[in-house]
Amino acid sequence: MSLSPRAWFGIAVSLLLAACAVGAPWLAPHDPLEQDLLASSLPPAWAADGEARFLFGTDSLGRDILSRLVWGARPALIVAVAGALLAGVVGTFLGLAAGFFGGWWDAVVSRLVDVWMSFPAVLLAIVLVAVIGTGLWSVVIAIALIDWTRFARVVRAEAMQQSRLNYVVAARTIGLSRAATLAREVLPNVLPLLLTLVTLEMGIAVVVEAILSFVGLSVSSDMPTWGGLIQEGRLYVNQTPWLLGLPVVALALAVLGFNALGDGLRESLDPVVAR
Amino acid sequence: MSAPVLEIEGLHVLLRGERREPDRLMLRGVDLSIRPGEVHALVGESGAGKSMIARTVLGILPHRAQVASGHVRLLGHDWLKMPPAARRAMLGRDVSLIPQDPMSALSPAHTIERQICEVLRLHLPMSAQAARERALALLDAVRIREPARVLHQYPHELSGGMRQRVLIAIAFACGPRLIVADEPTTALDVTVQREVLRLLRTMQQRGGGQSGGTAVLFITHNLGLVAKLADRVSVIHGGRIVERGLVAEIFDAPHAAYTRALFAATPRHDRPAEALRPIDPAVTAALDVEAAAYDNAWARAR
Amino acid sequence: MPIGLVLRRLAWAAPTLVGVLVVVFSLLRLAPGDPVAMMIGPGATQDDIRTLRALYGLDRSLPEQFALYARDVLAGDLGRSISLKENVGSLVAERLPMTLELAALALLVATAMGLVAALAAALWRGRWPERAIDAVTGFVTAIPDFLWALAGILAFGVLLPVLPVFGLLDADLAFTASSGFVVLESLARGRLDVTASALEHLLMPALALALPLAAMVARVLKASLLDAMAQDWATIARVKGFSRRQVLLRHALRNALSPALTLTGVQLTFLIGGTVLIERIFGLPGIGSMAIDAVINRDLPLIQGIVLTFAALFVVVNLLVDLANAWLDPRQRSR
Repeated sequence: MSLSPRAWFGIAVSLLLAACAVGAPWLAPHDPLEQDLLASSLPPAWAADGEARFLFGTDSLGRDILSRLVWGARPALIVAVAGALLAGVVGTFLGLAAGFFGGWWDAVVSRLVDVWMSFPAVLLAIVLVAVIGTGLWSVVIAIALIDWTRFARVVRAEAMQQSRLNYVVAARTIGLSRAATLAREVLPNVLPLLLTLVTLEMGIAVVVEAILSFVGLSVSSDMPTWGGLIQEGRLYVNQTPWLLGLPVVALALAVLGFNALGDGLRESLDPVVAR
Repeated sequence: MSAPVLEIEGLHVLLRGERREPDRLMLRGVDLSIRPGEVHALVGESGAGKSMIARTVLGILPHRAQVASGHVRLLGHDWLKMPPAARRAMLGRDVSLIPQDPMSALSPAHTIERQICEVLRLHLPMSAQAARERALALLDAVRIREPARVLHQYPHELSGGMRQRVLIAIAFACGPRLIVADEPTTALDVTVQREVLRLLRTMQQRGGGQSGGTAVLFITHNLGLVAKLADRVSVIHGGRIVERGLVAEIFDAPHAAYTRALFAATPRHDRPAEALRPIDPAVTAALDVEAAAYDNAWARAR
Repeated sequence: MPIGLVLRRLAWAAPTLVGVLVVVFSLLRLAPGDPVAMMIGPGATQDDIRTLRALYGLDRSLPEQFALYARDVLAGDLGRSISLKENVGSLVAERLPMTLELAALALLVATAMGLVAALAAALWRGRWPERAIDAVTGFVTAIPDFLWALAGILAFGVLLPVLPVFGLLDADLAFTASSGFVVLESLARGRLDVTASALEHLLMPALALALPLAAMVARVLKASLLDAMAQDWATIARVKGFSRRQVLLRHALRNALSPALTLTGVQLTFLIGGTVLIERIFGLPGIGSMAIDAVINRDLPLIQGIVLTFAALFVVVNLLVDLANAWLDPRQRSR
């Protein structure tokens, strides 16, 4: 199975993130919470006033930014994977029901999608977090509740197309085994599409978490998140622009990496999946 | 006798192979000559190369095709060596096309008026008002009722027959010396075909302003039409002209075996019960062998 | 004017709007945190709290509250903001024009950029400009407006400080737009210095919003253009004597717009939704920035009013897209 350079890029980024998330205690040069007020607001090591021991510089409380970035990969990855999978499960389930069973299911789900998409995404996120509360898993649930529509719409369209093809077969079977037909025939054809959507969603999830942190509504613990770093960085952007710049780059890299992963994997899987 | 409107000499057109496929010769040394005002039929089966000739004359060869050798003289100009801008000046004005499929030949998003007037104003110094009046006159000439109303309409609001009339109007708009008619009635209902052909004949004779009429390169696979409309005919098979001459002579006494087989294959009104006679494979096989030998010789000579 | 289209769209939208209201209504009342307690000062008695709750109708049952609210909304009354103590309707009316101007500017920029990119890619098809444009659009479309906004602040606010990063106008310019449309009104009143300042402040936010949409428009329109150029009528236009460039601009473009609009139309609502965060980042006084604080303060009437406004805005936008589509594609008109 030969992979395109794009796919390799995606895999590399994902592995890097995973490594940071899992191996933070060993990879991070400093304790992310350790403050050193004598070394506060230092620029990255390659700049004029930078110090070698703080590769990416420090924030206003003297905390090493590189370590905070590395530790920040953990909540980012958890939110990305869990959020995307949860959104995918909910959205696919509803999309399949709407597309395959049609009728009442379709009417309800379509209406629901319409209502959901009438909310500005950010607003919905904030309202949901207000209801569910802050914390990592709240964010995961919030992401699933916001973006399930992305999966539902696409899966519904696919399922409708498929079920039209299998209509004759479906018409001759009884209720329960229709569900089996659904699982056995529709689902495998939808999987490559889902793969792309899940990786796309992962990129979106990471950004949503960052946005919520930016607004002050995400994880409430001391553990650094990229969004929290961005919030701090925005406040002091004129004094310490790298505090804003570095997490932005990290986020962008994560988003591009996840997208590349999805595209790359789908490209290489396509000839294998019989269409 | 005045100079020919179109002169093709030894035209070879190559189709470059995709990926690992070899190049193929689509036209093998085609010679063709059309005199002013002459209706010249080009007859052959599908894939024989009729469209290739048309596309070369019109300058719209597909991406992968290229002229390997030969000359094309259009109204005395060395067509193949002309700069693109000069060619564009002649296209639409001195030589034009009546396409095969009227359903897809007109832009869906523009009115009929726009599509007729734009070719007028591109080539002739005309105001919008003058162009509009000429467009109305053209629509009248092609026997379209309510031309003013049609001008404001979009192609999808017209029937196939009406669209073909509009296309004929566009072809004759600037008074061309040569029109390439690429199976202009194939896509139409039989009932409409007769009218459109009659119309074509009338306009061709009138010539849109030219004395002696407009020359037409009439591409078809229908021998009946050839007999009715054409002055001269060239028979093409496998990218080569196997026979050419006056229609009356050829129809009376065809020389080439292929031509004879072609005529024999045509169903006849007066002998309806007769079984259809497909072209003898031996005839085409012989021609294919000739073509292969030709290809080899040609490749060696390059 | 396709009245049928308009009516059908509105008929579909009505239950959706009701649904939106129900959802936000219920969600907010499920949220922990008492809006009254949040705004009331220390030293308030239980009586005071109870009186305030009664004033805002918070002591009644959920369905009852909803019914009362629905009745009020239909009469045009959106209630009173708990945190800002003003009429919700007037608060929205005050700040909506700002958001609309931002969105309109972003849309303009996105359309212009996308159009140029698509035309360039189609024109230089098969050569390096096309590949470069494809690579750039692929990259740009993946990055959300949030990140573009921050990148913009870093690049043009800090590194190369050429653009302002906060607020709508320079502090020393005294100007109030009675209509709320600062850019338009300053232009109309001849205060070009104000117009310039406003546009300067709006440039980065608009760009951040516009970039993802522009990239998407570029890709979709390019595909649509190439599709159009492959049609028979495009070849025949060449035979009329038009160059490839002329055919692209005169014939193909007009035909390619409708399918492109169909595919990108839905993105418009995302652009408008993006104003919530972008206004916050850049400190612009639109309804978006008001929304975030409203949620944090559990200002129920205000949140409901804002959500309803956005939903209605989306309906209008979708309707406009439908109408534009009908206008662009003559085949859809005669239905």
